[in-house]
Amino acid sequence: MDQATGKHVVLVEDELNIIEAIRFLLSRDGWRVDTHSNGADAAQIIRAARPDLVVLDVMLPGKSGFDVLAELRGDPELRHLPVLMLTARGQARDREMAEAAGVSRFMTKPFSNSEVLSAVRELVGA
Amino acid sequence: MMASLNTLVLVCLGYVAFLFAVAFAAERAGKQGRAGWLLHSPLVYTLSLSIYCTAWTFYGAVGYAARSGLEYVTIYLGPSLVMIAWWWGLRRLVRIGRSHKVTSVADLISSRYGKSNSLAIVVTLMAVIGVTPYIALQLQSVTLSLSIFAGSDPGNPGFETSSAALWVAAGLALFTVLFGTRNLNVNERHHGVVIAVAVEAVVKLVALLAVGVFVVWGLAGGLAQTMARIDASAIGAWQIAGNRWASLTFLSAAAFLCLPRMFQVMVVENDDERHLQIASWAFPLYLLLMSLFVVPIAVVGLDLMPAGSNPDLFVLSLPLSQGQSGLAMFSFLGGFSSATSMVIVATLALSTMVSNHVVMPIFLAVRSGGASQSGDVRDVVLMSRRLTILGIIAMGYVYYRVSGGSGALAAIGLISFAGVAQFLPAMLGGIFWRGATRLGALAGLGTGFALWVYTMLLPSFGPETVLSNQIFERGLFGLGGLRPHALFGLEGLDPVVHAVFWSMTLNTIVFVAVSLATFPRPLERLQGAQFVNVFDHTPQARGWSATAAQSEDLMIMAQRILGSRDAQAVFAQEAARQGIAGHLPEPTPDFLRRLERELAGSVGAATAHAMIGQIAQGSAVSVQDLMAVADESAQMLEYSNQLEAKSKELSETAAQLRLANDKLTQISRQKDAFLSQISHELRTPMTSIRSFSEILRDTQGLDAADQKKYASIIHVEAIRLTRLLDDLLDLSVLENGQVILNLEEGTLGQVLDQAITTAKAGGGTALGITCEGGGQQTPVRTDLDRLGQVFLNLITNAQKYCAADQPALRIHVAQTDQGHIVDFIDNGSGVPAESRTMMFEKFSRIGAHSSDGAGLGLAICREIMTRLGGQIDYLDGTGGTGFRVTLPRA
Repeated sequence: MDQATGKHVVLVEDELNIIEAIRFLLSRDGWRVDTHSNGADAAQIIRAARPDLVVLDVMLPGKSGFDVLAELRGDPELRHLPVLMLTARGQARDREMAEAAGVSRFMTKPFSNSEVLSAVRELVGA
Repeated sequence: MMASLNTLVLVCLGYVAFLFAVAFAAERAGKQGRAGWLLHSPLVYTLSLSIYCTAWTFYGAVGYAARSGLEYVTIYLGPSLVMIAWWWGLRRLVRIGRSHKVTSVADLISSRYGKSNSLAIVVTLMAVIGVTPYIALQLQSVTLSLSIFAGSDPGNPGFETSSAALWVAAGLALFTVLFGTRNLNVNERHHGVVIAVAVEAVVKLVALLAVGVFVVWGLAGGLAQTMARIDASAIGAWQIAGNRWASLTFLSAAAFLCLPRMFQVMVVENDDERHLQIASWAFPLYLLLMSLFVVPIAVVGLDLMPAGSNPDLFVLSLPLSQGQSGLAMFSFLGGFSSATSMVIVATLALSTMVSNHVVMPIFLAVRSGGASQSGDVRDVVLMSRRLTILGIIAMGYVYYRVSGGSGALAAIGLISFAGVAQFLPAMLGGIFWRGATRLGALAGLGTGFALWVYTMLLPSFGPETVLSNQIFERGLFGLGGLRPHALFGLEGLDPVVHAVFWSMTLNTIVFVAVSLATFPRPLERLQGAQFVNVFDHTPQARGWSATAAQSEDLMIMAQRILGSRDAQAVFAQEAARQGIAGHLPEPTPDFLRRLERELAGSVGAATAHAMIGQIAQGSAVSVQDLMAVADESAQMLEYSNQLEAKSKELSETAAQLRLANDKLTQISRQKDAFLSQISHELRTPMTSIRSFSEILRDTQGLDAADQKKYASIIHVEAIRLTRLLDDLLDLSVLENGQVILNLEEGTLGQVLDQAITTAKAGGGTALGITCEGGGQQTPVRTDLDRLGQVFLNLITNAQKYCAADQPALRIHVAQTDQGHIVDFIDNGSGVPAESRTMMFEKFSRIGAHSSDGAGLGLAICREIMTRLGGQIDYLDGTGGTGFRVTLPRA
């Protein structure tokens, strides 16, 4: 299988069908996938889980993806954690905000499955 | 016994000497402060007003009645109406005259229109020209009455009217000079003259009454017989030509106000405004007595006197023909009194005007260095007045000679009346209308006066004297519209009515039009405000300024005008008021203003204003300069007011623009947020669809169950996407008001049942639905499908979001005054208060996410209910989640 085998990813997303799709893709690629659907305690969950990668939605209940990202970057231990951000709000302003908050990679929905796969692989340096 | 002419002259001289004594005594008493009750009594004031009744009324009224019947009444009617009905207006005139120390009618008009001396000159000239025929009239009547005596005196066969008239004129002139210009009085008050006039008023009234009594009881044989004679004669016939009566009444009323001599006794000599109150009934009473015996004398005279006798002299000739020389003598004295009192007061008034407005300004201009360096101005003033008196009486004599003693007395009197009546628009406009301007007054006066000269004065000399017959018949320059008795083609009118109509109408129109078209100067505006608001006691706003060193100059000048004693009194009084008794007072603006008024009493407002101005402001700054500055600053003020208004306007516009911009920004933000929402709502299902379709396409060896599962996800998301687009389109149509309602009849129950069936068919949780309330069968007329859409949305919301273990929805239908009410109440957890207003907005979802709703449902419901004329609200206090749909009654 691929190089990503055994890597751990936390997926923060609230749309059930999208969770299903990404879980399917990453699992098949050899990732261990944990999911979470709420923005409010997402940073806490991530800190506890210490994954190799985070896939983060922007529109989350409780707290927006930008806020979660800022929280992660504020933590010295998680400052360099690769974060792939997915958003359905495709305006340029959202990309700028994400980059300012220190995102590693930014993709708009709907995405191409193969692009997501190559992006996550790149992010973990595999 | 026949009265000899010499006796008559002796009696006259004696009478004059008596009047002198009375006047002299009155003046002395006045100076010593005695007999104030008499000098300042309303009785004397009322009697002095009787100079309205001149020799014209004394002799002429009888002649008038003999010629034209009862028309002579109009001459008494006008003044009576003014006194009785317009008492408040007279009071205003008197108040203005007293508070501004007005010396004449010319001074009043000049003072009102910005102390304009040009206006004063115009009015003065008009008054002189207008009054001259009147003075001629007095000469004529005295001469005529003398000739009656001469005719019956065998000792004087060579009586010559022209030389007699000259002697009468000279006598009157001397009399007036001696009477009126003995000293220069402050305020132009002449107590002596007024008392003498009052005595003469009594004499003429008693004389006329005596003749009347003699005629009625002595000649006609009693009241009944007199009445019978009147009925038998043509005079008694009640013949009234409407427009002539109205014109004459108006004319006499106007003349009563505008005649210089009337203004003199009524306003200038007035001691107390309250006297007007008494005069308002006492003077009409006097006129009534004067007119009482006019008709009997005329009727009996026509019966008894030989044909061809001059009816103007019946008052004299009737007693004379009956051998009553004593009564005739008395009657002659009555007429003589009427003539002399009129001539004295009229020439005094005119001489004041001429010296104040013509001579003094010229004198001041010619004498370089101005008022402070000229000699005793008082001598100049007195001399100019004496010369003026002589000049005016001389003009009267000339007029008498030129007109050849033509026409009846009454006709000449009317010419005079119409001439001075031209002052009326400028005068009344000045005291009642702030918008009246100097140019308006000048233009109106000029127009009226020119018309009067052309239509009345010049024709009065008779045809072929001044105006040729050709002009009378074909008009000036051959223009038919300019015939003196048919101006602008107005033919068939009585010449008097014609002249009064045109001159007064055009005078008023021009006055008003020019006033409206021109802008008053600051001083005009100031004076206008003070005149119009004279009862508000507004203080004068304008002020002089002078340095202390100028007090002496002011003193010197005041002495020259007021006389040293009066001037010193004024200055000492002011010094005491300022608390520096014994010194010269400070020239405060207040004092200068008072001094100006004192001086105005002697030399008129315009001259006093200029004289004070020369000292107070120094010769470097003239009054004209100041006025120019004031004009300029008034214009600048106006300009800056305009600018201020503009800038206010601009800032208002800016505020509106800012508001509009804020609104636009907000709308733009809302639009961004809306697009962002739409983008999110569309992309989310598309993400699942794209992702799973790629999985199905690219993944090898998926088992059948997974394939089916993923395909159904794609299916569900595609449906969600479709519904979202449907909702968006629906909302867009509703919001734009493009929706077409399909109104139908139906019942609420029907609509509810269909919605419940549809909701249940859609699956979802097992929701227990109960319908209650008695309103299901209520017929409604509305768009049933749209209403059903709202109901369905509320039911499916309950299906989706009701969090109870055994979800139940209660639907309650009721009728109220507001309309049909349908409540949807479930047993869920309710909506938090802060979300209740938000949830009807687009893309608002309560609580956690949902996979199958874009948050448009309630927004659509609200739009639909608005279109249907009803509303949808959250229903509080139900224990669960409650919505109330209200539908108006049909």
